[in-house]
Amino acid sequence: MDTLPPPDASNEAAPLTPIQLRELYSLMVAVRHLDTSTIAWQRQGIIPGYAPELGQEAAQVGSGYAVDTTRDFVFPTYREMGVARAMGVDMVAYMATHKATWHGGLYDPLTSRLAPIQAVVAGSVLHAVGWAHGQTLDNKDGVAMAYFGDGASSQGDVHEAMNFAAVMKAPVVFFTQNNGWAISVPTERQVAGGSVAARAAGYGIPAIKVDGNDVVAVVEATRRAFAHCRAGNGPVAIEAMTYRRGPHSTSDDPGRYRSLDAERTDAGVDPLERFRKQLLADGVGDESFFAEALAAAKAEEEQIRTGIQALGSRPGTEMFDLVFQETTPALQAQAANWREESEHV
Amino acid sequence: MTGFRKAPSPEGQAPETRTVEMSMQQALNRALDEVLAENPKAVIFGEDCGRLGGVFRITDGLQAKHGEGRVFDTPLAESGILGMSVGLAMAGFHPIPEVQFDGFAYPAINQIVCQMARMNYRSRGTLPMPITLRVPSFGGIRAPEHHGESLEALFAHVPGLKVVSPSNPNEAYHLLKYAATRPDPVIFMEPKSRYWQKGDVDLDGGGSPDAERNTGAKVMREGRHITLVAWGAMVARCLQVAELAAEDGIDVEVLDLRWLKPIDAEALASSVAKTRRAVVVHEAPLTSGLGAEVAQLITQSCFDTLKAPVERVTGFDVPYPSGDLEDEYIPNIDRILFGIQRVLEYRRG
Repeated sequence: MDTLPPPDASNEAAPLTPIQLRELYSLMVAVRHLDTSTIAWQRQGIIPGYAPELGQEAAQVGSGYAVDTTRDFVFPTYREMGVARAMGVDMVAYMATHKATWHGGLYDPLTSRLAPIQAVVAGSVLHAVGWAHGQTLDNKDGVAMAYFGDGASSQGDVHEAMNFAAVMKAPVVFFTQNNGWAISVPTERQVAGGSVAARAAGYGIPAIKVDGNDVVAVVEATRRAFAHCRAGNGPVAIEAMTYRRGPHSTSDDPGRYRSLDAERTDAGVDPLERFRKQLLADGVGDESFFAEALAAAKAEEEQIRTGIQALGSRPGTEMFDLVFQETTPALQAQAANWREESEHV
Repeated sequence: MTGFRKAPSPEGQAPETRTVEMSMQQALNRALDEVLAENPKAVIFGEDCGRLGGVFRITDGLQAKHGEGRVFDTPLAESGILGMSVGLAMAGFHPIPEVQFDGFAYPAINQIVCQMARMNYRSRGTLPMPITLRVPSFGGIRAPEHHGESLEALFAHVPGLKVVSPSNPNEAYHLLKYAATRPDPVIFMEPKSRYWQKGDVDLDGGGSPDAERNTGAKVMREGRHITLVAWGAMVARCLQVAELAAEDGIDVEVLDLRWLKPIDAEALASSVAKTRRAVVVHEAPLTSGLGAEVAQLITQSCFDTLKAPVERVTGFDVPYPSGDLEDEYIPNIDRILFGIQRVLEYRRG
């Protein structure tokens, strides 16, 4: 499905250069390696929990790569590590949320252009609409991109957001990663109407259903959507069809709702392996480049692991100090009591 | 509330000396008008608040004066309105959304509790939420179901929210101007049964949004024998009760709490330290209502001097009833007088 009008010639993005293609591959390798390592960290007790994204690297890296961090703003849920990495977010600060150091992470949302991580999966979709409408009011050309899954698309906020954005012509890209599963419930038991992209038609929003395992296709679709929004045409919906190869979280047991055979059959081609073959066939990457990319990913992962292991707990005072911009007497009194009665001063 | 100079007309007066009689609806409208003029980042939106000026006309004329970019109608979806507020605040705006009636805040509760109230904390102070959510609140107008509710305890219980309710036009004007300049989310609970009541509004300094004037509770009537603690529409009723009690020689002090979060514990302590008796009056159901919080704050500060346990006169633990039973539900003069009597006649066993 592709109901987004084709870009006019003046607006058409140049095809990805070999350097950009290699950059995309390096990002995907970094994300894959960090993702699998983070699961290991959880098993080793370095972090208490994590929501893996194995198989979604192309959807995440491809879309995050299209963001212009000088003017756009991204609204994630809790499974957008690949998007964050592609946007250049400090990954130690990002992982801090999974380390249970601080809800939402320790990165600065304003400079990184990534809103804090959060678990109410459709909540931030409306924030994207508000932020985008602010761009219209300020005569700026930034675009908001909201990430949500096929499961989140069942929540009313997604529908309110699409309706608001369409009525107000807000520059929002609704980016659905349809990974086939809302924890244990498959898409066919989750999404009525065939697809999330199909729903966009009901709001008069153009939509692209894209192969979410093809990173180049995802970059191109996202760039087209951004250009459409930036030109003042209102929102666009993208549904990237992919597959969550791992569990929903490190506490989940996919064996209770799908078999390994079904997983192998349904998952399709590994997006990373597929891209590697493509680069090799096109002469854009060779074995030494792939080896370098993996070595860089390992070095990066080592640095992030050291970083999060070095993260201490936040001082307890922050618990009180960061509730409000202007604190209250009750909070001050509670903080004072805590200080007096606590051994953690 | 005394000492304001009465001016025959606002025209031609120096702004620092004006006192004008107006309804609470007019006072709120004027405050919003001035907020829009003073803060280019302030935006007002909600259902019907643009062309219609709101079902209670609080935003009357503001779109025509300030433009559709500053005052606009949204689709009919409360979660959408509040979620949009969060995004606008993230983009540097000061949203002043309206939920048309109190009961319609329920569909937006996720955005209020999980998002608006937490974003400053979640983002470690980098994404403040300077949102003033106006909620026409409480009963007293014989409205259909969900058009009259008392949500103050629910809002006040949520970390990250502040809650305020004006009791008369002057308070409405000043508290709204103050709330709309704060960097934190404020739930502004307007007593809809008082929208059309008139009173003197002190326009001194154009509604200076200074903390000294606009924070904390306020003694609306001084008294020696007992303190009535109330907020919103119940303040006027308590002032009536005080007049009647005075005929029997009972000198009632009326404390308008104004801020339901943060609660002014010092003002409670200081009033009850003097009167040594207190009754809390609210429309909301009794159980886990704010009256319990107020009573505990008084107990904590005045336990040694209290002559009787703090009494509560409240709504009941029932869904807000239809108009025909509303007068039975909302604390009336007799029930408040009985509450006063219970405290005055209390004898230690």
